Amino acid sequence: MNPYPDMLSETPSQTAGPYIHIGCIPSFAGLPGIYPEDLGQSPISDGAKGQVITVTGSVLDSTGWASRDAMIESWQADSAGLFPGHKGADPNVSGFCRFATDKDNGEFLLKTVKPGAVTDRSGLKMAPHISLWIVARGINTGLSTRIYFEDEDNSADPLLSRIEQRPRIDTLIAKRTGDSVYRFDIRLKGEGETVFLDL
Amino acid sequence: MSEGALLPRQWDVHPPAYWPDYKTTVARSPSLPLLSMESTPSEETGPRFGHTMLGPLDNNLILNYTKGEASAIGERIRVHGKVMDENGRPIPQTLVEIWQANAGGRYRHIKDTYFAPLDPNFGGCGRTITGDDGSYEFMTVRPGAYPWPNRANDWRPMHIHFSVFGHSFGQRLITQMYFQGDPLIELCPIAASVRDKTHLDRLVGALDLKNSRGMDYLAYRFDIVLRGRRQTMFENKTEGM
Ligand SMILES: [Fe+3]
Repeated sequence: MNPYPDMLSETPSQTAGPYIHIGCIPSFAGLPGIYPEDLGQSPISDGAKGQVITVTGSVLDSTGWASRDAMIESWQADSAGLFPGHKGADPNVSGFCRFATDKDNGEFLLKTVKPGAVTDRSGLKMAPHISLWIVARGINTGLSTRIYFEDEDNSADPLLSRIEQRPRIDTLIAKRTGDSVYRFDIRLKGEGETVFLDL
Repeated sequence: MSEGALLPRQWDVHPPAYWPDYKTTVARSPSLPLLSMESTPSEETGPRFGHTMLGPLDNNLILNYTKGEASAIGERIRVHGKVMDENGRPIPQTLVEIWQANAGGRYRHIKDTYFAPLDPNFGGCGRTITGDDGSYEFMTVRPGAYPWPNRANDWRPMHIHFSVFGHSFGQRLITQMYFQGDPLIELCPIAASVRDKTHLDRLVGALDLKNSRGMDYLAYRFDIVLRGRRQTMFENKTEGM
């Protein structure tokens, strides 16, 4: 029985493959010049309010190997917890960024402002977080997860509270490794597997 | 009526993460279940892009690499369709990006070493923003099939990669369009990861003679359906939304 009789079915996902950079970040593919610049180079521009932070990490497969061909997109609120388009949102925060894991060492780097807490539909405050969407060869449907921060109060976050195995919460929390510098490794499968989201 | 949460993804439509016939999925597929929850503002909002960022040839892959100086080699085709949500409502003003191999099956990418030659007049990417009715179109050349390292003799059917945003970050989709009648579709383990034939058919662009132009190009029609949102009169809006 079709549980949604009057709805269209979604277009199925297919892997982004190894050459996603051509379409999404052509300069990375060695293909500059078709567009004036790659889309989503930075989620902030000069004058963005809040603490500027850097998050680095890798996308590790089940053998611990850092993938060299993943693309990640991030989406976040400004330092006051407002998204672009919301009244009073910081005009210098686009909130969106695209970055690839390095073709030689597999590292990614995101420079942004730390987002503020966002209130959800039922009025609960979500701890500051950045949403991620990860695509690559060998990933059939893009994977969603979130970066939370070690130095924020995450105790009442409605999403983290839903994670049954408490040690797994750690997989969503960026570790502070220096002044405004964080580490966030994504483990696709196996030991320490990152919590991926369906929401 | 107001916009409620995103409708849950139709997971039966999408390929499973673990699909051993496509070998790279084995080490890259999460083995634990996804954490399912109702969407929040983080998923219901999303980046918006304006027409001003587009150049006049951005959706013309035949000409955009040479900035209109010379045409790419290959069969000239027009690929067009509509982006809509599950409720059948068009999604206007949303970014659609595509990338593809050239007519010989070779990508212009530092990591593609297939010995089919590069076309000096073809880059392989294009982008556009849908109109008020959700429609989009590209001019391009038909991409060639190409071999890939999986099983010893695997070939990708002719395909164009599509990236679509919608209006919510939770609607994000990357997929591939195949071409009607291509015998390689049913031999491809990536295409086969869409388990239901009816759903796979949705990825096959249909030959569209009505929108073709004699002595010029063939047209293919490819509609894209993204997740929709629950429509409700009973939704408490939170402040600031
Ligand atoms: Fe491809």
